[in-house]
Amino acid sequence: MNKILLGVLVAAALAACSSAPKKEAAAPITETKVAEVPTAASPTKMPEAQPLVAPMEEASPYPTKGQGGALGERSIYYAFDSYVVNDAGKPVAAAHAGFLGGHAKAKITLQGNCDERGSREYNLALGSRRAEAVKSVMTVSGASAEQIEVVSFGKEKPMMAGHDESSWSKNRRVDIVYQGE
Amino acid sequence: MFLKTPQRLSFFSAISLVIFAFWTAYSSLARAELSLEITTEGLKQIPLAMLPFANERDLTTPVSPIVIADLQRTGLFRQAEVSGVNPIPTETSQLKLAEWRAKQATAVLIGSTSIEQDGKIKIRYVLVDVATEQEKLIEVISVPPSQLRGAAHRIADAVYEKLTGEKGVFSTKISYIVKDGPSYQLRVADADAYNERTILSSKEPIISPKWSPDGSRMAYVTFELKRPLVVVQNLSTGARKVVANFRGNNSAPAWSPDGKRLAVTLSRDGIAQIYTIDAEGLEQPRRLMTTRAIDTEAVFSPDGKSVLFTSDRGGSPQIYKVPVEGGNAQRLTFTGNYNVSPRLSPDGKKLVFIQQNGSAFRVMLQDLDTNQLQNMSDNALDESPSFSPNGRMILYASRANGKGVLALVSADGRVRQKFSTQAGDVYEPAWGPLQ
Repeated sequence: MNKILLGVLVAAALAACSSAPKKEAAAPITETKVAEVPTAASPTKMPEAQPLVAPMEEASPYPTKGQGGALGERSIYYAFDSYVVNDAGKPVAAAHAGFLGGHAKAKITLQGNCDERGSREYNLALGSRRAEAVKSVMTVSGASAEQIEVVSFGKEKPMMAGHDESSWSKNRRVDIVYQGE
Repeated sequence: MFLKTPQRLSFFSAISLVIFAFWTAYSSLARAELSLEITTEGLKQIPLAMLPFANERDLTTPVSPIVIADLQRTGLFRQAEVSGVNPIPTETSQLKLAEWRAKQATAVLIGSTSIEQDGKIKIRYVLVDVATEQEKLIEVISVPPSQLRGAAHRIADAVYEKLTGEKGVFSTKISYIVKDGPSYQLRVADADAYNERTILSSKEPIISPKWSPDGSRMAYVTFELKRPLVVVQNLSTGARKVVANFRGNNSAPAWSPDGKRLAVTLSRDGIAQIYTIDAEGLEQPRRLMTTRAIDTEAVFSPDGKSVLFTSDRGGSPQIYKVPVEGGNAQRLTFTGNYNVSPRLSPDGKKLVFIQQNGSAFRVMLQDLDTNQLQNMSDNALDESPSFSPNGRMILYASRANGKGVLALVSADGRVRQKFSTQAGDVYEPAWGPLQ
């Protein structure tokens, strides 16, 4: 399809070059130029790209969902522009680290998130730093680093759609996701 | 069709002029223009008489309305009273220059179109200086009917450049992301929002689109594989190359001025750091600095000798500058606790960025010679500012009426516009290069 279009554009350009400029009927104009717009200079066609395909993941053991206590929590929350795991988050990190320590085949991804304010790229880095902070707590609490992947979504995947602190505070978080669950 | 009235009164204490733009039935504008505000106090607008072109009503796309809309949107020109001029002059000799002098116009734009034997459209236009009666510009352009808009933009560029001494950007393109429900789309459109096309559609986020300096490629960050990767896409073929797919985050691409290298942010070593890679993604990345802080949002200076970036090495995000070979970084921002998203003007003399002030995130402009700061907006949630390739306009993302919108402000702060998509949020704009 693209080759045919390219052929048409080239043919049009060649045809344009071969036609002679029209002569002015009135008195000669000293500054006239006849300008042919180059048809291939700026692409008029911009095809849509084909999607990338992710490899399949194998499932890992994971704590039963809906249970109470720290192991039933899957999210840790943060203050604005902070990546410090606070007192509410530490037991959650430790509980999952304990699970990982007891299940060598268990693998998790820590997904870092931010609220909507400020730069997307700085928030991507901040989300990553939040997730790395949780990983640090986990690796000193029984998990091994090979069991933990870190990813950041920055502010791109907010859970709450509001534009106030009640939504923002819920979006500033790291989610603990077991592989393949 | 009238525009929606801006919801708020202008905050300018000076006299401001709100202009409602029109578009006619045959326009297929991809975006809705929400508002255009021009502060006229102290602004020297060039009074111009832009007349319709003879015979253009025979065409599928009349030319002069596009030229006039392009020039008026800059806020630099004031259209003289041209209605009722009959017959339409097409030659300088037909102009009654005394009348235009009386209407205070300093120049008159006239033209005519005709359909050639081979179906192409010949457009002839003349720009006449009223005081000297000299023809400042005469040109004849011949285009197929499908390229009439492009021809009109070229005429607007020529008139703009002749009258201001600056390059016009009417023939350039812009890119942006639209999120509509679950779908994310990276789109490219003409600078006036026509001819929009989607170059990537995804169920996962896309951020940070950046035009290569020659306009042939787009670098961007895609989450298609559930984690951020940097991709370079060839715009005329749609072919893509993943140029950064290391452990962790791969993001914040920025082109070197020669288009051969990219600065990127990689968190492969546990924290966001800046590296440079070749644009094909073949070499090992070269780390620019080693810090224990977040270093990101690198941009090259126009001379290619420095990299500006955002870092929280001082405890909060600020903007720094480092030589491209690495070495000691120099801090550039000192006001407030959150300064991010640096971009330089094409001449390298001005820095635009986002500053948090209280609860608001706003576009700020800093003169790098004097370090004077200018607040460029009064919005609440601004992001991703960048300059037009002639340095006159700043394009950025903002929010209005509960949606993500795009906004423009002139570098002197006088001309402000907002655009919206018909549906969904629009954000992450990037202005394409002059070609």
